[in-house]
Amino acid sequence: MPPAYRVSHLAALEAESIFVMREVVAELERPVLLFSGGKDSIVMLRLAEKAFAPARIPFPVMHVDTGHNFPEVLKYRDRRVAELGLQLVVASVPEAIESGLVVEPGDGMRNRIQTPVLLDAVEKYRFDALFGGARRDEEKARAKERVFSFRDEFGQWDPKNQRPELWSLYNGRHHAGESIRVFPLSNWTELDVWHYIQQERLDLPSIYYAHERQVLSRDGMLYAVNEFIQPRGAEQPFTAKVRYRTVGDASCTAAVESAADTVEKVIDEVAATRITERGATRGDDRVSEAAMEDRKREGYF
Amino acid sequence: MSTPTLAAPEQRAMDLLRFATAGSVDDGKSTLIGRLLYDTKSLFTDQLAAVEAVSAARGDEYTNLALLTDGLRAEREQGITIDVAYRYFATPRRKFIIADTPGHIQYTRNMVTGASTADLALILVDARKGLVEQSRRHAFLCSLLRVPHLVLCVNKMDLVDWSQEVYERIADEFTAFAAKLEAPDLSVIPISALKGDNIATRSENMPWYEGPSLLHHLERVHIASDRNLVDVRFPVQYVIRPQSTTVTDYRGYAGQVASGVLKPGDEVMVLPSGFTSRIAAIDTADGPVAEAFPPMSVTVRLEDEIDISRGDLICRPNNAPAVAQDIEAMVCWMDETKPLRVGGKYSLKHTTRSVRAVVRDLHYRLDVNSLHRDEEAGELKLNEIGRLRLRTTAPLLADEYRRNRTTGGFILVDEASNRTVAAGMIVEAS
Repeated sequence: MPPAYRVSHLAALEAESIFVMREVVAELERPVLLFSGGKDSIVMLRLAEKAFAPARIPFPVMHVDTGHNFPEVLKYRDRRVAELGLQLVVASVPEAIESGLVVEPGDGMRNRIQTPVLLDAVEKYRFDALFGGARRDEEKARAKERVFSFRDEFGQWDPKNQRPELWSLYNGRHHAGESIRVFPLSNWTELDVWHYIQQERLDLPSIYYAHERQVLSRDGMLYAVNEFIQPRGAEQPFTAKVRYRTVGDASCTAAVESAADTVEKVIDEVAATRITERGATRGDDRVSEAAMEDRKREGYF
Repeated sequence: MSTPTLAAPEQRAMDLLRFATAGSVDDGKSTLIGRLLYDTKSLFTDQLAAVEAVSAARGDEYTNLALLTDGLRAEREQGITIDVAYRYFATPRRKFIIADTPGHIQYTRNMVTGASTADLALILVDARKGLVEQSRRHAFLCSLLRVPHLVLCVNKMDLVDWSQEVYERIADEFTAFAAKLEAPDLSVIPISALKGDNIATRSENMPWYEGPSLLHHLERVHIASDRNLVDVRFPVQYVIRPQSTTVTDYRGYAGQVASGVLKPGDEVMVLPSGFTSRIAAIDTADGPVAEAFPPMSVTVRLEDEIDISRGDLICRPNNAPAVAQDIEAMVCWMDETKPLRVGGKYSLKHTTRSVRAVVRDLHYRLDVNSLHRDEEAGELKLNEIGRLRLRTTAPLLADEYRRNRTTGGFILVDEASNRTVAAGMIVEAS
């Protein structure tokens, strides 16, 4: 066979993700893409651009804003949305606390209360398909998630009762009020995402690359000292060279020590690392063995 | 930030192999997967630490690697695997996606799901027990789903003193059975997943075995020619028509190439209308391409204005699929809430086309263990496989599944519950 018919794994993943996005737009009425300014949603947005070129991306993007943001990421979000001429829907957790939809948890971690805020926005805008950047390699409950993942009218995931997913025949049928979560990056790994960022020359929020920052060590992880995280007890802030492997709520996302200040160096680092990205950086996953599954059942991504 | 440059070429040249694993915990499947991940440095220390902690808390005598793949609370509590789990690892040559299918519960449904996208299936047997009913069932389902490559791993060779005789007896028996199944490319490898023999490297305990290690085989098995590059099949997924002042008069047909090679200038036919035209250009977001082939997602533009919409199919005038409403198919029933019955009406999704279908006839139900055909069967229950005739409300643009897994496969969806209730493989379309 001529070598010209070879397809690299990255090209195959890209083609699959583009196929998935086109299926959604063809079969569902009101899709929306969850865009946080994190690397996975940035890759997803690029895939959406490619899937519908030369037309514009035919759906809005939504950010579930916990109010605990990294300023660099918010700036990035707004710039990207303007460049692509997209409509941005912000589902605001602080506003939901204000209105009484959710109650601020005692520990200040807003991860769990994002879910009702997300579901409220879905209902308000009548979205029937939500693109999320979750990957199966991230976490063991996610390893069992479908590409088209059905949610009932309460946004709940029932892991024991999932639709079988055969070939590339995705079933997006649902009744009014129900919805489908769609994960175009299901088969990507963290390393694939970084290779794609490199290939596509995607610009990322600067916190993904090594920089000096005031941090403190808590539960074995390095947290940036900011308005949400202040030293407690014997904790002593210090300056370290760090970068973020994931970008989530600024009150529960930790940094990792790193000297990787370019995409090439990050790729080398990710290829050599022996700790998963969520294990290294997410306080919210440490609650229990099945923390992610429990949150997902309630409607979390 | 510096300007990115191309990654190391060996990483860029990787291709993708999807494989399904079949077997139960007793066969050592989880241990094998754990070993593959471990030996390719794809197992992370925090994952391993979590599994060790849970194992210790449960009083397991050794670290139970099955806990790596059993991600759901119910699975951990009951010590069973409920569903297909996907795992990823890579070597410098290839990226691998494992569809890990459980052995016990709802076995056929999960195996069929995992096998539907697999390039290769890996079947495990315990060397002490030899072939069991389940091994034959695995092999049959792989052949039904037309998985092109099959690997039989004879596991736990350490427990039979690395015996060549035991291995050869099992290999011969399996090869003879597989020959009856139109089985694809078959390899048999003696291994010990627990000790790592013949997993990433050749075993020193079995000098009589001259074949490759499992990983070596997975890295090098030739899959490129499994793709059908002969029959041009391009199901139209979505019509791109920018509503823009800068891009005017653009009308492109977006889709993923199912098979064949498309080039600008090629004469093509559009089904079901039968109109012909020529390919004006094949676009991607990175610019036009000279050729499109599977699994590329592209946008095709034609020289003539023809009315084309989602669900139509672009092919060559002298090589077209059947345009058919009477479909003969093998069907695997996947719904536990109600059986398939003759006269039942379903929504049918085939490539990018959705139609309604009625079951006209159930010819027989197949016993997947004995391959006996029960022609008296009146229904198909969960995990049962049968041969049926369907009539559709609108034509399918269909090939035999054995010739084309994309234009030959379909699903049935219950119109009330919206559940995916069956997987179908077209035997004949007219």
